[in-house]
Amino acid sequence: MIQNLEAEVLATEQVGAGVYLLHLYAPDVAGSAQPGQFVHIRCSETTDPLLRRPLSIHDLGKEGELIFLYQVKGRGTAWLARQEPGSKIDILGPLGRGFTLPASKINIRIALVAGGLGVVPLLFLARRARARGYEVDFFYGAQNGERLFQAAALRALDINLHIATDDGSAGWSGPVTKLWEQYLQAGDYDRAYACGPRAELKEFARLAGEAAIPAEVSLEERMACGLGACRGCVTALRDTPGNRYYENVCTGGPVFDAATVDWED
Amino acid sequence: MGQADDRTAINPAARAVAPPFTPRQPDIPRQADTLQQPHSPGHSEKARSRVNLAVAIAGLTLPNPVMPASGTFGFGAEYAPFIDLNRLGAIVVKTITLHPTSGNPPPRLMETCSGLLNSIGLQNPGLEVFIQEKLPYLRQFSPPLIVNIAGRTVDEYAELARRLDAVAGVDALEVNISCPNVKEGGIVFGTVPAMAARVTAAIKQNTRLPVIIKLTPNVTDITAVARAVVDAGADALSLINTLQGMAIDVETRRPALANVAGGLSGPAIKPVALYHVWRVAQAVQVPVIGMGGIMNARDAIEFLLAGASAVAVGTASLVDPGALMVIIDDLENYLVEQGLTDVRELIGALQI
Repeated sequence: MIQNLEAEVLATEQVGAGVYLLHLYAPDVAGSAQPGQFVHIRCSETTDPLLRRPLSIHDLGKEGELIFLYQVKGRGTAWLARQEPGSKIDILGPLGRGFTLPASKINIRIALVAGGLGVVPLLFLARRARARGYEVDFFYGAQNGERLFQAAALRALDINLHIATDDGSAGWSGPVTKLWEQYLQAGDYDRAYACGPRAELKEFARLAGEAAIPAEVSLEERMACGLGACRGCVTALRDTPGNRYYENVCTGGPVFDAATVDWED
Repeated sequence: MGQADDRTAINPAARAVAPPFTPRQPDIPRQADTLQQPHSPGHSEKARSRVNLAVAIAGLTLPNPVMPASGTFGFGAEYAPFIDLNRLGAIVVKTITLHPTSGNPPPRLMETCSGLLNSIGLQNPGLEVFIQEKLPYLRQFSPPLIVNIAGRTVDEYAELARRLDAVAGVDALEVNISCPNVKEGGIVFGTVPAMAARVTAAIKQNTRLPVIIKLTPNVTDITAVARAVVDAGADALSLINTLQGMAIDVETRRPALANVAGGLSGPAIKPVALYHVWRVAQAVQVPVIGMGGIMNARDAIEFLLAGASAVAVGTASLVDPGALMVIIDDLENYLVEQGLTDVRELIGALQI
């Protein structure tokens, strides 16, 4: 059930240049939140900025706590970063369709491929997958070592973490999709998931397609209502006969079957 | 829903159904402090029940003058978790075209200062899917259902009007002759008085339903188009549609919208909308539905004072899905505080 309520800020902590972790107390939202879903947050006390900001759920804390990881990109997120503990924030959620994990059975092995802040929804997914006992290979790429966030939290999940950086300052040197490719054949993955820059997602989808691994990607678009009413946040998909059409990212996604996304867009 | 079925909701006292979602105050600050919280102490139910909110538009009786603006409300169901659709003055659905319309490529949205640029391109499933899949849901609600239509030719408008006339549950047509997004569509009709009149006449010849023509502000003289469509038989007018605008990304030097230009809505356009409504209300004898940047009841009251008989709320619902309920409550509270018993006393009550 989608809730529209005032959530209390528990803590805001800076974890990098312009990057923050936000802890909100919202048990009614946290209780039903699924990995890949998002919360639409009002980032203003006036009409400027006007629209809500969609933030993917990064993790669940203890007892009704929602955790977000975000980069300050404009006035909305800058406003969010200024909110002190104890202040109330207008949130709408949980919204959208999240990731689908394989139906529960033994010996499931999945690959998660995160580029930059694409780590946001994948940490939550990794936690859920580990709770089900699945083996998780987590490939995490960033520009450099300073742009790797939440590495400690990821390691605590008892997953196989593989790091890549563009400049080689941490882990393997090169694109994270190249790193994943090296593990792809031996991995024998039941399913793969990715979030990150669109070019990287396109390469991820190509690799998953070649290896015939069912794959899901989390997409991003500028969004208004978040409820499927305005049709503003669409992305292009292809149906089975190959016809191109537009689907709402807010209600049809943000997670899509990678094979249905029209990457030529 | 026929023209004369259950209208008990016209009496606010009969409004017994509790909304599924308790309206919150929008976090948009009020411009003055005279408006109270909804259901605030001091406004007894007795005082509230003495207030008449009903207005008449194009032969329809609206239980109150507040309705959603087409294009921002989907087909109603999207907002059902947040508002009681039975409390609306009317239900206005997204533009329907004769055939399915895929819409414009993304990005379709860009936020601007207190505004929203959009170029959706009338994405909709088409008339047949609307009738088969959307209308049965909408029929269950008591407020009048206004279906917004757009065509690429005069014949398409006529065909839409003819087919919707034969469908139960539709109470009025709102005609989009002003959408600035589709190159071969609305813009041509809405900017030329004679062509706007031709569309209006063709629709009127094909339906018994009340016809509301929605006007574009992207013209030199909006009253010329208003007069032309009223002369051609329009039963009411709604205005304004979005103002054409654009935004540019200075890093990439590319337009913010894939379609280059789009329609601007939101608080940024309210003064323009109010001025157009004021001018048109004086120029024609038919009722006017005012819209453009209404975020709260005070904004709505401004439009009523300028001469609108009803108002539509659009972008505000995209920000706050419960906005329509808050505006209806606050409008009623304003009337009680002002010692008024009928919302119609506000219509055109501007003093100059």
